[in-house]
Amino acid sequence: MALLDVQNLSIRFGGLQAVDQFHIAVEQGQLYGLIGPNGAGKTTVFNMLTGVYKPTSGTILLDGVDITGKNNVQISKMGIARTFQNIRLFNEMSVLDNVKVGLHNQVKCGLFTNILRLPGDYKTEKKMNEKAMQLLEVFGLQDDVKLRARNLPYGKQRKLEIARALATNPRLLLLDEPAAGMNPNETAELMQTIRLIRERFQMTILLIEHDMRLVSGICERLTVLNFGSVLCEGETSAVLRDPEVVKAYLGE
Amino acid sequence: MALAAKWKNMRASTRKKLLMLGGMLVVFAILQLLLSLDLLSNQIQSWLVPCCYNIILAVSLNLTVGILGELSLGHAGFMCVGAFVGAFVSKYFDTVNPDLSAWIRLPLALVLGGIVAGLFGLIVGVPVLRLNGDYLAIVTLAFGEIIWNLFNVTRVSLDNGSFRVGVGGTGLSNLSADAVPLVDGSLGITSVPRLGKGGFAIAFVLAFLTVLLVMNLIHSRTGRAIKAIRDNRIAAESIGINITKYKLIALVVSAFLAGIAGVLYAHNAGQAVATQADYGYVMSINILVFVVLGGMGSTLGSMIAAVVLTILPEWLRFLSDYRMLIYAVVLIGMMLVNGSPAIKAVVDRGRQVVKQKIKNLFIRQPKKEA
Repeated sequence: MALLDVQNLSIRFGGLQAVDQFHIAVEQGQLYGLIGPNGAGKTTVFNMLTGVYKPTSGTILLDGVDITGKNNVQISKMGIARTFQNIRLFNEMSVLDNVKVGLHNQVKCGLFTNILRLPGDYKTEKKMNEKAMQLLEVFGLQDDVKLRARNLPYGKQRKLEIARALATNPRLLLLDEPAAGMNPNETAELMQTIRLIRERFQMTILLIEHDMRLVSGICERLTVLNFGSVLCEGETSAVLRDPEVVKAYLGE
Repeated sequence: MALAAKWKNMRASTRKKLLMLGGMLVVFAILQLLLSLDLLSNQIQSWLVPCCYNIILAVSLNLTVGILGELSLGHAGFMCVGAFVGAFVSKYFDTVNPDLSAWIRLPLALVLGGIVAGLFGLIVGVPVLRLNGDYLAIVTLAFGEIIWNLFNVTRVSLDNGSFRVGVGGTGLSNLSADAVPLVDGSLGITSVPRLGKGGFAIAFVLAFLTVLLVMNLIHSRTGRAIKAIRDNRIAAESIGINITKYKLIALVVSAFLAGIAGVLYAHNAGQAVATQADYGYVMSINILVFVVLGGMGSTLGSMIAAVVLTILPEWLRFLSDYRMLIYAVVLIGMMLVNGSPAIKAVVDRGRQVVKQKIKNLFIRQPKKEA
């Protein structure tokens, strides 16, 4: 059974059918790409998967459990984490704290334990620091822990956002245009990072991307979205040669 | 040596906290010494407790405005609740049982004042904090105005051991001759037992605890969640942070502390009279000025601004008519100095030099001998 199984997912904003009868099946451990021209509804699909939008109809199964219509906090706890197209970090907080916020639901420690600095506070704080440092080391950010997130260079901000998403201990990681705004070198490095995450954490990854080099380089399967509905799906190389897909991207 | 190593291994936030609290203790010790030697003028003595409760107000409002990032324009409203509840508790016990030790009466007043103010924070927060935007500012502004007006018309009398409560009008009817008015409408609660000689010590302990607890809160799991909401709500939600819960925690803690400051305020003045100047939006804005001038989000800044801006208008009294004019100029000056990168650079450089000098004190001397 697929880790993520979506059937007939649709959403309507007033008169606009943003996504129509979307379906996708992502297997455990797969690196799956979701592509399509601008405005096709890719990010809207992500927003429905993470509970930001409630779909008008359809079902989303995560490992066989129906998560349709749950809110984003519940879905985060159930194991879907995401990054954003326009990076959304906690800019005024340190790099380390950004990851520690990601670990929020991995530890238990209440308000009074925090305020009164009971022993539990020191214990969880130590645990969080260790876990956060491990994650930051994977991304080569261990020397920047004290910097404010806003002062990181662009490429590192992307990495930090992924590290923060991984800190929530997800089963499925959604990356929304991770290579947006990157130069070819940075993109190549990002591809390495994504491969690394997948091996290191046995992570299932679904990503939206426009950069075809990245898509053809690392994705195993693709789904192409056009005007809100699925145009085609299949093995990466086959999909990218499909004349319908070429038409949707380049016109006739 | 072991201590030095421990100091190095501490979280940076913990080091900062200990330095701040240590600084507070030093200032307190000096002032207390001068006080016991009777070297402080009456005027200066009268500033001590106000400085403390203004520190509490500023640090607690900073939690809402600087850390949570929501604008609250009714902080004085929470303070008002604390002042009246605290004054009421004290007055009641003073009336019923004058022999009751202040060691029991005052803590009870403080705790109850804080809790009821916190409850009001909850009542205001539950509907409002579910929304995004400037709604909290609007609602707290209204709340602050409503609450002091409400206390202004409330009457409570103790008549043969039972409470008689009424709102508005000229008074409660059918009271027996020996009824004692506790809350008397626009006259408020009068002759509340004062703090007395140890007032400054009590107020300082409360301010100290406030700073300690708020710093602990800010640099903890809960505090990080609150700051995450401030920095990026959507991202905070996406990593599973319950937005409403943490917003409420910040507001309720902030209201609780404002309530405690209110209790201090009433016991320092010896009365709780609901007036615009004491508890209306003017006061709320004053507290907000502490926070904004101190640099939003900075506990130390809030404290310093609270102390300076408590003393300044009093100290400028000799200027009589020009007092508020100078005060305004100073405010603008502080604002400019605070935000200016040029001055920040100078301060940073100064800090580096001082740091180096301190380091040299410990390190270079043995080299010179050799």
